[in-house]
Amino acid sequence: MTHFEEPILKVRELSKKFGDGCDSCNSLIEGSLDRNYCPVCGTIHACQKISFDLYRGEILGIVGESGSGKSTLVRCLYFDQEATAGNAYIKDYSDGQENIFSVTSQKKRYIRDHIFGMVYQNPYLSLKMRFTSLSNVAEKLIAAGNRNVGKMLDRGHQLFDHVNLEGFRRKDAPATFSGGMQQRVQIAKALSNNPPILLLDEVTTGLDLSVQANVLDLIKELQRELEISMIVVSHDLSVIRMLADRTIVMLNGKVIEHGLTDQILEDPQHPYTQQLVHSLL
Amino acid sequence: MNYEYNFGFFDEGSKREIRRTILKAIAIPGYQVPFASREMPIARGWGTGGLQITLSLAGKGDVLKVIDQGSDESVNAVNIKKLVNKTTGILETIDTEAATLIQSRHRIPEKYLKNGQILVLQVPMPEPLRRVESSEYKTKRLHADAEYSGAWLMLFEQIVKYGSMTTGAAHPVFVHDRYVMAPSPIPKYDNPKMNHSEALILLGAGREKKIYAVPPYTKVVSLAFEDHPFEVENVEGRKCHLCGATGIFFDELEDDETGEVYYQCNDSSYCLSRLNSDKEVQ
Repeated sequence: MTHFEEPILKVRELSKKFGDGCDSCNSLIEGSLDRNYCPVCGTIHACQKISFDLYRGEILGIVGESGSGKSTLVRCLYFDQEATAGNAYIKDYSDGQENIFSVTSQKKRYIRDHIFGMVYQNPYLSLKMRFTSLSNVAEKLIAAGNRNVGKMLDRGHQLFDHVNLEGFRRKDAPATFSGGMQQRVQIAKALSNNPPILLLDEVTTGLDLSVQANVLDLIKELQRELEISMIVVSHDLSVIRMLADRTIVMLNGKVIEHGLTDQILEDPQHPYTQQLVHSLL
Repeated sequence: MNYEYNFGFFDEGSKREIRRTILKAIAIPGYQVPFASREMPIARGWGTGGLQITLSLAGKGDVLKVIDQGSDESVNAVNIKKLVNKTTGILETIDTEAATLIQSRHRIPEKYLKNGQILVLQVPMPEPLRRVESSEYKTKRLHADAEYSGAWLMLFEQIVKYGSMTTGAAHPVFVHDRYVMAPSPIPKYDNPKMNHSEALILLGAGREKKIYAVPPYTKVVSLAFEDHPFEVENVEGRKCHLCGATGIFFDELEDDETGEVYYQCNDSSYCLSRLNSDKEVQ
């Protein structure tokens, strides 16, 4: 992969803390990999000064154990949570000039609807479970300003063809679907506006192995076909191995290692990464 | 104990607060202004929002008309009139043209309202986005960002399920190109009457503690899609069996013995006025 072009997403020193913080926070948290919370005031420093680039058509893996801050990171990018500090620039939005964390809430909604697609581990976070699957896909299209039912239905069917959702289930509510099907509806919804960046937060966790393989194949295929950039969050190294071109390893809110996925998995440098790779069954 | 009510039931401070809320609502067409909904001698959900507006606006020269589902003589309408009359002493009427203050549950009268008249609508569900977003905190932010895809989504869902928009009443409207508003559960048929209405339209939700307004001559557009335009109920071929009126909103009735379906003006005072002016009737 050639990286001569500018990255599509630049994240610089993104931080997110839960709590007010105190004077001892900095000295106790900085440089410490043992914990991500301040023992004095209890503030959780979920993400600490995280920087990375994402290039067009690339899949970036974020790996780390539970509580390492990887989901918080993508949720900050998708504005589900407000980043405490830091900047992020998107090439496709105002040509990467504006820091997306400091724009107005209307512009944030625009970025959510046009630039990002998000797939959560829990489909209840993005789908309206009692609405039909077609409406769920249309929601994003409507938000982007579409007002033509016929065109939106066509697009919905096209997306469901893509993700292999059977024709006769498309007017059913996701509440009546299996987990794998719900995940496919989520992916179709995330793709509806042809977003340049797709965020995948533990998409295969909780699915059985054959469905996992199914969903992973689908993601890989979509990426090849549509050349979307993706950020894949997972604690599962086999998922990262299969999907990601480059990988970031997180521990207690900090990036401890980043590089090409093969490199990280074959020749881990940081003791924690070594432990992580060796614990792989 | 001989206890006299203040004019208009409420104390002056309460009335002033409600009037201020109304002024704010008029200043921001379609925006739901919160207010401290007062205790009333009737239960919330029975028209207290409308009644509070009516009572705080009523002056000695006002003439009141109360409509309940098109009828001037239903229990609700009669009792609301009684309460207002007992506490203010203002005149009542069933004549739409003679009224200055019209409180209505779910209908806009057939006769065009004129400049100077005020239509007060009772609202059970003021929030048009409630069915897609249950959190008030979030709907407020959606309104602030003018993010109304949820309202369109509800209509889209109906089209996916039933092939057309099926809202019979409370079809959401876009007011002054800014706020999406739930127009009280008036039938879709009455939605176009709100657009550039000469009369001031005030909407009050007592239980939900919100007041909002459509000032005179304000643009009100019913939500619709490019390929599914907004359509009112089709009343073609229907005729009032009493006064012979056509092209208005009807009640559908069924003859108990023959099972035959026939129609009657929903707006009872409209029907009566047509019957009274005999040249309309053969």
